[in-house]
Amino acid sequence: MNKYVERLYNGVIKENPTFVLMLGMCPTLAVTSSAVNGMGMGLTTTVVLTASNMVISLLRKVIPDKVRIPAFIVIVASLVTIVQQLLHAYVPSLYDSLGIYIPLIVVNCIILGRAEAYASKNTILLSACDGLGMGFGFTIGLTLIGIFRELLGAGTIFDMSITPDSFEPVTIFVLAPGAFFVLACLTALQNKFKMPSATNKIDSNIACGGNCSNCSGSACAANHGLIEAQKAAEKAKKAAAAKEAAAKAAAQKEKAKTEVNEAVIKDSKTGKEK
Amino acid sequence: MIMQQLALILVASALVNNVVLSQFLGICPFLGVSKKISTAAGMGMAVVFVMTLASGITSCIYQFLLKPNNLDYLNTIVFILVIAALVQFVEMVLKKTMKSLYNALGVYLPLITTNCAVLGIAIINVQKEYNILTSIVNGFGTAVGFTIAIVILAGVRERMEDNDIPESFKGTPIVLVTAGLMAIAFCGFAGLI
Repeated sequence: MNKYVERLYNGVIKENPTFVLMLGMCPTLAVTSSAVNGMGMGLTTTVVLTASNMVISLLRKVIPDKVRIPAFIVIVASLVTIVQQLLHAYVPSLYDSLGIYIPLIVVNCIILGRAEAYASKNTILLSACDGLGMGFGFTIGLTLIGIFRELLGAGTIFDMSITPDSFEPVTIFVLAPGAFFVLACLTALQNKFKMPSATNKIDSNIACGGNCSNCSGSACAANHGLIEAQKAAEKAKKAAAAKEAAAKAAAQKEKAKTEVNEAVIKDSKTGKEK
Repeated sequence: MIMQQLALILVASALVNNVVLSQFLGICPFLGVSKKISTAAGMGMAVVFVMTLASGITSCIYQFLLKPNNLDYLNTIVFILVIAALVQFVEMVLKKTMKSLYNALGVYLPLITTNCAVLGIAIINVQKEYNILTSIVNGFGTAVGFTIAIVILAGVRERMEDNDIPESFKGTPIVLVTAGLMAIAFCGFAGLI
């Protein structure tokens, strides 16, 4: 397969950010109350992600390694501001319905995650394809969840009424609790059919969950040392516990041995007495 | 009069418009750090600390720097940088001066930089045209709401540990169902104001 097409396939199917990586949960839950909103959010994120991947890839040899995260944040924030102004000017209805979630694209884990994991190491065209693939994967995920919630909660899809009049919409699905329930069912189905998903993996007891695929770059980079230390400490503790248990078992064995010996001696003594 | 307004903002941001359960900000730590009550409370305290500080500082910058110079459109860039720098700064200050507090909050502080709730509150403060005092109260109330939600969820999860949950609902799905039920409960506050 052509490596550019492979990037698109990877983003849409193999590492779909919504269904497989489970990234960007905040917009996934917040704006999917209708299919139009979900799609608008997805496309906006796609634009920002593709542009930021390209810019970061272009600057990857200029940005010093130590300040890369702040640099990435500035680039992403500038792009988000541009997109926000464009939306405000040309698509005011979407601007109003997405509201605060447009500026919050800056802190969307997908964007910083892709910048850190892919764009800072690869060529411009590949990074652009990666951004497009991930963005489309995110758009498809949000649109599908939006369609599902809109259908159950309002009986419409893309504002077209398609259910019979006898169908009573379950309004809770377009309200806040419905978002949690829909996502719960989705992840439960993924568990049931053992589909590849970040939620199937068992995570550890570490404060941040220890799940680095579910975490944006800067937090991870800053926490990595701490997490490693904690992991090592846990391991050492376990090893010490195992050693202790082994020592205990050995001691017990020894004790049992001596007891048996004593018993044998006793037996022989009683035998002699007899 | 002012006290009444501040109390209203506090209740509204902590309960009625709960940041996690009705605005979906800060979902990642809400799901990730809610396994034990102790860690959840630690995260909550760190958020209270950072969010109150951040909403005060971003509000000052907006009122004295951005608004008089008609630089409103730079909101997002300036706020995210200020928050990232602030978290680093707080971490360093705590490390130097308050060792015990640093040990308690240390792991959580870097996690907060990219917590969308902090940036979200800074932007909401601007959108609702709060002044500096009301911004600080709003930030504090929101953070308290976050702490309430995450501690309750952690309590429920601790209780759920030994329960008999359907195999495919183990892990994330049951946590999301719990969060959904909590969101329904918090809908009950809607008529409060």
